[in-house]
Amino acid sequence: MRGKGIAEQSLAPDFSLPDLTGQKLDLSSYRGKVVLLDFWATWCDACRDEIPHFVELQNKYGGQGLQIIGVSMDDGPEPVRDFYQRFKMNYPVVMGNAKTGELYGGVLGLPIAFLIGRDGRISAKRIGATDISVFEKEIKDALQSAAASSYPGS
Amino acid sequence: MSLPIKFRPILLIFIFGAVAIALTSGVLGYQASLIPASRLIKPDELVKILQSPKSEKPLMIQVGSHVLYTQAHIPGSEYIGPASSETGLQSLRKRVESLPRSKFIVLYCGCCPWSHCPNVKPADDALHAMGFTNVKILYIADNFGADWVEKGYPVGKGD
Repeated sequence: MRGKGIAEQSLAPDFSLPDLTGQKLDLSSYRGKVVLLDFWATWCDACRDEIPHFVELQNKYGGQGLQIIGVSMDDGPEPVRDFYQRFKMNYPVVMGNAKTGELYGGVLGLPIAFLIGRDGRISAKRIGATDISVFEKEIKDALQSAAASSYPGS
Repeated sequence: MSLPIKFRPILLIFIFGAVAIALTSGVLGYQASLIPASRLIKPDELVKILQSPKSEKPLMIQVGSHVLYTQAHIPGSEYIGPASSETGLQSLRKRVESLPRSKFIVLYCGCCPWSHCPNVKPADDALHAMGFTNVKILYIADNFGADWVEKGYPVGKGD
């Protein structure tokens, strides 16, 4: 379902958060790509179910400009590192915090995902377990829309 | 009709396998849906109790993630750690061990849709096993944001 909080079409709030190796990841450095920002946690069943599908989507659409970024809401990175290896995750995961949650209108339930267009604006928000076909359609739309906007005459 | 002896090991392997799969997939033991309805309390019912001067106030314990608690929680409630982990369960047991078994306690999480919450069932089981007789679990259908914060109920922030 679509949720309340941060409005669609608003600029995605920037953040700089440590990834699982401690390196900082800046959301702004992905401007120009279609970003799927997934707030999740290792203890969240519905989140775990989605991860293998996100790995597939990253493989399938990464070459067209999709970048999935996981924001873990676990209390510490240890279980996340284990999970990352076990599920052969192929996209960056950063450790989120309450401030990041508040920036995005309150992450008060998991999973929550935001689709961000190449222009940095939020094009969709999904709360709770969401069928992967919904994500795939929205990603394809965002990639095509971005491609079309690059060629105004098309 | 009894099973022929030669098939019994196969049956045992099948049963053990099914139980192992169920445990690792969270089918058994972790689903909030297995908590009897009589042990649940709805958000509006809890709010009435909290706002009524005459009602006995419960000890409220959040058994989910600290990041979620810091963003929003029920004022007066305590963070104890995710009860889906042994560390969280130990903290919960330690917090309540000296309390009278008739103490009114409300457990809540709100991390996930009710049927996916991994925390409230183990927490409820732990208190039940310790002999607590007046424990209620806050029924949060979707998540704490949708079913508490956005309803306009009282919210606290921070540690």
